[in-house]
Amino acid sequence: MKPILMLAVSTIALALGAGAAYAECGIEAGSVRILSNDFEALRAINAAAQECASGTVTVTANATTEHKNLQVPALSINPAEYTVAVVANNSIVPLLNDDLIRPLDDLIAQYGQALQPSQLVKIDGNTMAIAFMGNGQHLFYRKDILEEAGIEPPKSYDDILAAAQIIRDKGLLEHPLGASVKPGWDLAAEFVNDYLGTGAEFFAPGSAELAIDNPEGRKVLEVMRAMTAFMDPDYLTYSADELIKEYEAGNIAIMVAWGSLAGAVLDDQGAAEGVVENTVLTAAPTINGGTIPAAALWWDGFTIAKNITDEDAAASFQAMVHGISPDMMNANKEAATWLIQGYEPGPAAIGVVDNANGGARPYPMQPYMGLLHTALSTELAEFIAGSEDAEQALADVKAAYDTAAKEAGFLQ
Amino acid sequence: MSDAVAQKRPLALNAIIYGFIVLWVILAAVPFFWTVWGSFKVEADFFSRESWWNAIFGTSTTRQTGNAFTGAGYYGAWVLRDFWRAAGNTIIVTVCVTVISLTLGTLGGYALARSGRNYAFWILIAALVFRAMPHITLVSGYLLPFFQLNIWGVLPTSIIVLVAINQPFTLWMLHSFFLSIPKDLDESAMVDGCTRFQAFRLVIMPVMWPGVVTTGLFSFLLGYNDFAVTAMLLSAENQTMVPKISSFLGSIQETGNVMYAVAAVVSATVPLFILVLFFQRQIVSGLTAGAVKG
Amino acid sequence: MPNKTFFAFILPSLIAMVLFIALPIVSVVVQSLYVAHERVMVQVENCQPFGGCSTELRVDAAATAELQREQPLGRFNGLGTYFNRAHLATDELGAILSSDRSFDQKVAQIFNLPFYKALIFTLVYCFVVTPLAMALGFAIALAVNALPKVTKGPIIFFSLLPMIITPLIGSLILYWMLSPNGILGATIQHIFNDPTLSLRASPVLTWTALLVYGVWTNGPFSFVVFYAGLQTVPADTLESAMIDGASRWERIRYVIIPHLAPLATFVALVQLMDNFRVFEPIVGFSAEANATSLSYLIYNDLSGDAQQFGSAGATSVITIIGVVILLMPVLIRTWREFKLKAV
Repeated sequence: MKPILMLAVSTIALALGAGAAYAECGIEAGSVRILSNDFEALRAINAAAQECASGTVTVTANATTEHKNLQVPALSINPAEYTVAVVANNSIVPLLNDDLIRPLDDLIAQYGQALQPSQLVKIDGNTMAIAFMGNGQHLFYRKDILEEAGIEPPKSYDDILAAAQIIRDKGLLEHPLGASVKPGWDLAAEFVNDYLGTGAEFFAPGSAELAIDNPEGRKVLEVMRAMTAFMDPDYLTYSADELIKEYEAGNIAIMVAWGSLAGAVLDDQGAAEGVVENTVLTAAPTINGGTIPAAALWWDGFTIAKNITDEDAAASFQAMVHGISPDMMNANKEAATWLIQGYEPGPAAIGVVDNANGGARPYPMQPYMGLLHTALSTELAEFIAGSEDAEQALADVKAAYDTAAKEAGFLQ
Repeated sequence: MSDAVAQKRPLALNAIIYGFIVLWVILAAVPFFWTVWGSFKVEADFFSRESWWNAIFGTSTTRQTGNAFTGAGYYGAWVLRDFWRAAGNTIIVTVCVTVISLTLGTLGGYALARSGRNYAFWILIAALVFRAMPHITLVSGYLLPFFQLNIWGVLPTSIIVLVAINQPFTLWMLHSFFLSIPKDLDESAMVDGCTRFQAFRLVIMPVMWPGVVTTGLFSFLLGYNDFAVTAMLLSAENQTMVPKISSFLGSIQETGNVMYAVAAVVSATVPLFILVLFFQRQIVSGLTAGAVKG
Repeated sequence: MPNKTFFAFILPSLIAMVLFIALPIVSVVVQSLYVAHERVMVQVENCQPFGGCSTELRVDAAATAELQREQPLGRFNGLGTYFNRAHLATDELGAILSSDRSFDQKVAQIFNLPFYKALIFTLVYCFVVTPLAMALGFAIALAVNALPKVTKGPIIFFSLLPMIITPLIGSLILYWMLSPNGILGATIQHIFNDPTLSLRASPVLTWTALLVYGVWTNGPFSFVVFYAGLQTVPADTLESAMIDGASRWERIRYVIIPHLAPLATFVALVQLMDNFRVFEPIVGFSAEANATSLSYLIYNDLSGDAQQFGSAGATSVITIIGVVILLMPVLIRTWREFKLKAV
């Protein structure tokens, strides 16, 4: 009953706060129309932004998992269907490629005093998006199992593989490792994480030419395959969500999983005995003798459409600044790893913060990165299933990427 | 008829028939009843990673809620996540899609069945080719024009799109049913002074109910179960049940509330059960009463 | 029927189909013949939260828009997209066939191409599920027809359940029941006495599960149509066959099956088409590693971080052509029947 009680309390708080909030937003007139993904943190932001509605200001929000498919057509008409598109590292790219969002620098100067410099996503000197939360995959491990096996906490993938062998040999768990390598988006994200950790670049400098067929790329594949030997035989069907539940059931000792899902492990719901109190969250492991966590850093932020009036743009910006205000953040502390001023990371956010402090690299924003992600998501399937060698897998990825990049006009 | 025949049937044959039906009903219905049962458990039980016996005894449900049964899934879906709104939208969409589909389809299907010209055949073939188009490609093509016309996101647009997408199937099915109705029937009515439309409405339609009921059932299920169209063409507040249910499932951003989805599916199917039980006499007799000699 | 009456009857449905299906198909076909303009790229400095700054390429939107204005559709590519590696892969296919590898290796190489990997599962699914589901549906229809009247209603409803439950959740729950910890999966392990048996891990078992699921969900459709058809079997024909001493089997073979043949054509048509577009079970069963279909390829192109409309369009057109080829025998049959009717 606890969450329900909390909800009731926060609803009352919202109702009480609504009157005061109107004055805070300071919007005179305009129409604010938000398009966003559908998860708890964004729903909280949308609700906070909607407090700005008044007689002259309308605020509507459409939170849907289809937002990626809708945003380009919705913003390319004039006036745009939505004034605000909430995006992440990957979903901002189509908007940038088609020039559908506006630079925010003048709006920041006017209304953005509460924002921190680290929140600004700058492209070619112009701020194109305001980030408000971070995410990424990091290490989860069970300290009780590691202690029982007499292993130090692992720092690198080599440590993890060695630890897995010991845990198996001591008969503690037959399948101690976990990672979300389900063919599709998850598998590609896993490769991108590990490859970023090697410090190598995906593309040849100054061109869209793919450059992952190198020793680093091979090493990444080798590590990914070696990990699967210690995973549950069903690993090909483990999405991020499924993996977390497997971990909560106590079936995994060490895994790399999404920081946004850590809260679900640490809450008192659904976990097997001993899992919650023994779970340690820390930065993602290093790979190939590198020094940075092998994980992409992700941010979620908002952008303002180009094809709308300046009045609506100003109203939208103000409403969103109110939406990501410290008040909203304080009321939803556990919902995300916030980048908002005054945020103190809670226990569930430690891993993502460790990644950032360890110097992990952001998920690339190159215009053709999405094509590579799609190519990886299908062409690595046979490799991770064990029916293809690394040589062939890298050749397949390159062939698939080249085909797509030619169709999209990035390669000749 | 069947009762009389049943008495003449040898015992062995009856045994085979009943055995087969029992087996089939188990295969068809047990997953559903398993879901109904499981919807009153917590996720750790229904999707237990230890043993499926937990789903029966509710081990984790008892630990977490103090009782072997919980309505948390239903509460979450209906109260916390406003599933009622999606349910209401679904009722509007399915009823409209069924009624419009059948109206257009009976008219068109009748014309196709009664015309012997080549273009009627080619319309049928074209309809078939139209039906082969994967929906997801069609839908992504709609987005830009719909945004431009400012008709995206509302229920009528989705209803019309679903009707159009469903038209080839409706036409084909009703066309086959009309074919089984003898031509003499409407021709003699027209000789008696009816117009073509009067013949269609007063003579043909009354004997067409089996076909209309069956086709209507499929139109209904299409609107009811559609994901591709409703997920992409409706804004969040106009969403129907299936996209809503899929939004309960997990992502990289949020662990799913699978039990919300399970509870939602059960509560979406139960009204259908009541509907079918309520109308079963009409459906069964509708199917049998129109026994037309072909 | 005069032309004018014909079109008065069919016009509403024709308009709906032309507007929402025919025009989009034309636009998809046209789109698939073009590829995007060469993108004009510029080097810029990007800065991200906690990521620092780096010099990267970016699309010069203004310059690209200029190209777009001159040729709004992009560069004409003819059938290039259809024959590239993501689709029919003619070059790769030629190279594989002309190489001096063994037959097995050649087959493995061909199924390493995404299109052919998807095609083989699509075809197997189509040709296994369609006849089995029709046979199942026919058998249920015959059996239900023989039941006393009172039991028919509930049994019809239960029989429809596999079709009623949203595939999204239906496949998820069945999949879970079949997984090693689920009620069916555990029972199967017990029966075969093999605790490592997992449907999710083995390609063969995944395919089997998908095919069984396909028959399970498609059976009810055939059942309903055949059951409705059975109600129209003329009683006097049956009776006279009985008087002539025809056995039950002979009555089914020589009276009922010929009577249901047009309906069977229709069911086969619809089922072949739907099964050729199989998609939901693959996602519901998390079977992406072992089974992909043409519709899955389309979904993958459209739902990725970078949407590939041209590629998805080409796969869609190939799907349509595939369906037409598949349905050719049925279409020829329909044409004959149609001509027969016209006489």
